[in-house]
Amino acid sequence: MSMAIYLLTFGLLIVGIYAVVAKKNVVKIIVGVLIIDYAVNLLLVLVGYRTGGQAPIQAADETAAQMATVAVDPLPQAMVLTSIVIGLALTALMVAMAIRLHEKYGTFDMDRIRQLRG
Amino acid sequence: MPPEEGMTPIVRNTTRLVSGFIVVFGTYIALTGHLGPGGGFAGGVILAAAGALVVLSFGRRVSSSLITEPTCHVADAAGAAGFLALAMLGYMVGGFFVNFLPVGRLHRLDSAGIIPLANLAILVKVGAGLVGAFLALSAFRPGRRSVLDDGTADGRDGRREI
Amino acid sequence: MELLIVTLIGLMLIAALAAVEARDLLSSVICLGAAGFSLSVIDLLVGAPDLALTQVVVEVVALVLLIRVVVTRRDTSSSAPRDALRTGAVLLAGGVLLVAAAFSVGVFAAGKAGVIPPFGQPLLAGKGPVAPGVSKDYLGKAADETGAANVVTAVLLDYRAYDTLGEATVIFASIIGTYAILRHVGRREAPADAPAGGAKGG
Repeated sequence: MSMAIYLLTFGLLIVGIYAVVAKKNVVKIIVGVLIIDYAVNLLLVLVGYRTGGQAPIQAADETAAQMATVAVDPLPQAMVLTSIVIGLALTALMVAMAIRLHEKYGTFDMDRIRQLRG
Repeated sequence: MPPEEGMTPIVRNTTRLVSGFIVVFGTYIALTGHLGPGGGFAGGVILAAAGALVVLSFGRRVSSSLITEPTCHVADAAGAAGFLALAMLGYMVGGFFVNFLPVGRLHRLDSAGIIPLANLAILVKVGAGLVGAFLALSAFRPGRRSVLDDGTADGRDGRREI
Repeated sequence: MELLIVTLIGLMLIAALAAVEARDLLSSVICLGAAGFSLSVIDLLVGAPDLALTQVVVEVVALVLLIRVVVTRRDTSSSAPRDALRTGAVLLAGGVLLVAAAFSVGVFAAGKAGVIPPFGQPLLAGKGPVAPGVSKDYLGKAADETGAANVVTAVLLDYRAYDTLGEATVIFASIIGTYAILRHVGRREAPADAPAGGAKGG
């Protein structure tokens, strides 16, 4: 079962790579980049999971030593938290480029854009 | 739905009631980042969502006189500079980014040294940056098209600057 | 619990495939939103409430941005013949990647663990083939040394604050890039004399 979880996550990554490489519409390429982002974040979060664990936030009535034996790994979560917001800034940048391309060439199709560039 | 004039009065009145709460909620999530889930980044994105709501409901013309672009630029840079200043102030104690404020008791709002201040700086930075980007995206008016729709170009003369 | 997580990842996979193959651009963006929200539910189940909160809000704002692009011109992506060479290359590379992933997870290791420890036993528990890292120290000492009850925030803003500074810089650069790309609106207000950009310096 654990292997199925990781292999499905890698499958999600491959779907994202397929969308970036083999699709001709600019919006589909943006969707592919976002799917790659989700897949990588998912894999990093899943690696740090402890069976039956709780979130790494210390409640008011337990000590740090008690929490250290039950909590999940906090380090991948810290990395992924920054990665999610960087993904949002990246989406804004790609959307700006797509709007610019559409305004200049009138289409979202990469083949037409390559023909029209001259 | 023309993007200049905004939406119907129902949407506009609901936005007037709700957007203040969203801003307060985002600030709360950012400032209590060391007590529960959240932190500066989540709070900043919630502020950006409030900004997007205002821009979409009231239209581009009204909201860009309300939240001007220079304001967003200045707030963005101020947040980044504040974060860097907190890092440099650590030199007073020992090194780069050393926590120099007192640690305090657990679960109080003023515990954990510079962490609430750093969360505030990141809130201002991320929120203002994303609101400014959204404002720039919605204020973008498409100019004349350079190429016609059926693939022919109109009067290409030598080099075309991209 | 594991079965629930496998089901949700399967849902994400189906939503991603639907987003990639849909003809209508608006439908593909909405399927991407479905994938993002199920990722947020998976984050909640795995014990990462910060991530679930951030993923929900980021997904909402990303959907607003993407719909802004798609509504520009509501055309369907053309039904061009599928590029066989590129699809074949991606499938080949994907197969190699899956075999490598299976090696690292331990499918071919005949019962012993692979490089990635089995699901549910993080490296800090010390049972994997690699020695436990610093996470145990972070969990135990964060409350005393930093005073923060949320260990993830303590890691982000005290133990690893330099990485957060780098990340703030990356976001800053992306936003400035967005401003720079969308900047030339004013120049197009001139009456129709020069084509886009002004080849003669207009």
